[in-house]
Amino acid sequence: MRRISYREAMREALREALSANPRVFLMGEDIGKYGGTYAVTKGLFDEFGPERIRDTPLSELGFVGAGIGAALGGMRPIVEVMTVNFSLLSLDQIVNSAAAFRHMSGGQFSVPLVVRIATGAGRQVAAQHSHSLENWYAHVPGLTVLAPATVEDARGMLAGALADPDPVIIFEHVQLYNAEGDLPEPWTTDIRSAAVRRTGRDISLITYGGSLPKALAAAEQLAAEGVDAEVVDLRVLRPLDTQAILASARKCRRAVVIDEGWKSGSLAAEIVAQIAEQALYELDAPPARVCSEEVPIPYAKHMEDAALPQTEKIVAAAKAVLGSEVAA
Amino acid sequence: MSLPPPPSGPVPYAKELALELLRDMLRIRRMEEKSAELYGEGKIRGFLHLYIGEEAVAVGALHALEAEDNIVATYREHGHALVRGMPMERIMAEMYGKREGCSRGRGGSMHLFDAKTRLFGGNAIVGGGLPLAVGLALADRMQGAKRVTACFFGDGAMAEGVFHESANLAVLWKLPVLFCCENNLYAMGTAVARYESETDLCVKAAAYGMETLKVDGQDVVAVHEATQRARRRIAESGAPVFVEYQTYRFRAHSMFDPDLYRDKRELEEWKTRGPLHTFSARLKSEGKLTEEQFLALDAKVGEEVEKAVAFAEGASWEPVEDLARDVTTPRAPA
Repeated sequence: MRRISYREAMREALREALSANPRVFLMGEDIGKYGGTYAVTKGLFDEFGPERIRDTPLSELGFVGAGIGAALGGMRPIVEVMTVNFSLLSLDQIVNSAAAFRHMSGGQFSVPLVVRIATGAGRQVAAQHSHSLENWYAHVPGLTVLAPATVEDARGMLAGALADPDPVIIFEHVQLYNAEGDLPEPWTTDIRSAAVRRTGRDISLITYGGSLPKALAAAEQLAAEGVDAEVVDLRVLRPLDTQAILASARKCRRAVVIDEGWKSGSLAAEIVAQIAEQALYELDAPPARVCSEEVPIPYAKHMEDAALPQTEKIVAAAKAVLGSEVAA
Repeated sequence: MSLPPPPSGPVPYAKELALELLRDMLRIRRMEEKSAELYGEGKIRGFLHLYIGEEAVAVGALHALEAEDNIVATYREHGHALVRGMPMERIMAEMYGKREGCSRGRGGSMHLFDAKTRLFGGNAIVGGGLPLAVGLALADRMQGAKRVTACFFGDGAMAEGVFHESANLAVLWKLPVLFCCENNLYAMGTAVARYESETDLCVKAAAYGMETLKVDGQDVVAVHEATQRARRRIAESGAPVFVEYQTYRFRAHSMFDPDLYRDKRELEEWKTRGPLHTFSARLKSEGKLTEEQFLALDAKVGEEVEKAVAFAEGASWEPVEDLARDVTTPRAPA
């Protein structure tokens, strides 16, 4: 067990992958000489050189597409996209090529591509750098979508992604990069299961990525008021670990889903639908969602805060679901 | 627009290669004529984009490449798949939507894939194959492979941002990409002059610092020679080369296209430059081909087409239980 930041954990994972496999290389905007927008790749350029830590032009569609081509050609590219908002410029290649090729070619061509995308709000960078569009990707068959929320997952999930023969998208919430945590050894490389981060029996708080710390803080507040909340970290947004979601919802009989995406058509909506379809009569109350307000994320701090899921909103939503069982 | 005279002049090839080029053009022509007929009968559905009139491009270009080269193609790719070596019956079965098709009937006419001949698809997003070609070439360079990646795309793709991103990357990183622009003068129904600020497509490509070649795409000899030259340049320098093949499609964009945007005289004029009859006339004038030989060759191609159709007719439907097969790679149970 050692103390490490999420950023360092990710960098260690990248360094390990580069050292272990000569076919692995990194590609993206300012990942090399600059050291990475979020400094995740800092130092790797000097260590591995410009061929394998490949700075790209500002051409998201071109270099993500080139990543797909390189994957088809036998390499194991890890492509970094600076923010999920910019990733929209590459969405065509991800959806129309990477996700579709294996099925559309009758099983002939897999695309073993890893794309790392920074996501989420909280840094006052306004409506073109702050959104949470993970669900757009989680909607697409053929993709695996990951959201590491802990240092263990920042360290371990990349290896799982690289071992996968098909395209994997990794979403890294920008508010997590500085977060520190204890890295257990060995760490898991699993990219299929959700994880229970706090066991409880009264209500299940189901979340992922940047909302996990908020959900855990909410669980602490609830505990102080005598409510024993469970916190489920989805970890994998596609394919969803439905069994883990249902198991927690059934056990607690109440659920709140927390998702930084907009509520309409959100991943939270999908999870609530799955719970309703498969465990409705095992619930004691309708499930609830805490999502972002339906606005482009604004710049001013108080407005940005108001637009996002916050610990207080999660606590309030949990109390509303618990109803009369919580002392006012 | 006044057209150059029909392709003419000596064919500088041994009879064997000359007849091979003719035979492949004829194979595409007859396969596609049959496909159009089958479309009318409802045997082939969806989109069907015919290459009729443009055959010299795929035939001349692919004959100039090596077997280990990568090919990336568009949704008008039946001819490329065929010349590359995919059996006609697998193409036909794919167009029928049958399991024995090259892509198990999942792709249809627009998505012919073949790992064996390194055909990385039939891509139906205009320009979608371009960055894939850049990546394939990058993978080859990083792994020390000597192959070239030939990427076919239409004139319409030159207006897509992805062309410019891909050209920039290929030159910047000095990658062995052969950009094969099949300029048939129309992006679906819109003429080049109506959508391009610069109608000389070589000028656009040259802006990235690429060598460019402009060639009569109706002349299989010119296509073959230019592509050989381009491939040689890439092998020597490692850098990309852009070839513009000036061609024309004789049929509508797809089977849904009423073809109202072209002057019938323009079409008739281009037909005088048809790649098949001009080439066979040249071979005949040189004594490399007689009318009897042509008819015999045509009959043989006809048999191949009939066999392909019979194969597709007799092929099976993929069971519905396999619908989700190969969305992702099957995994060993945990």
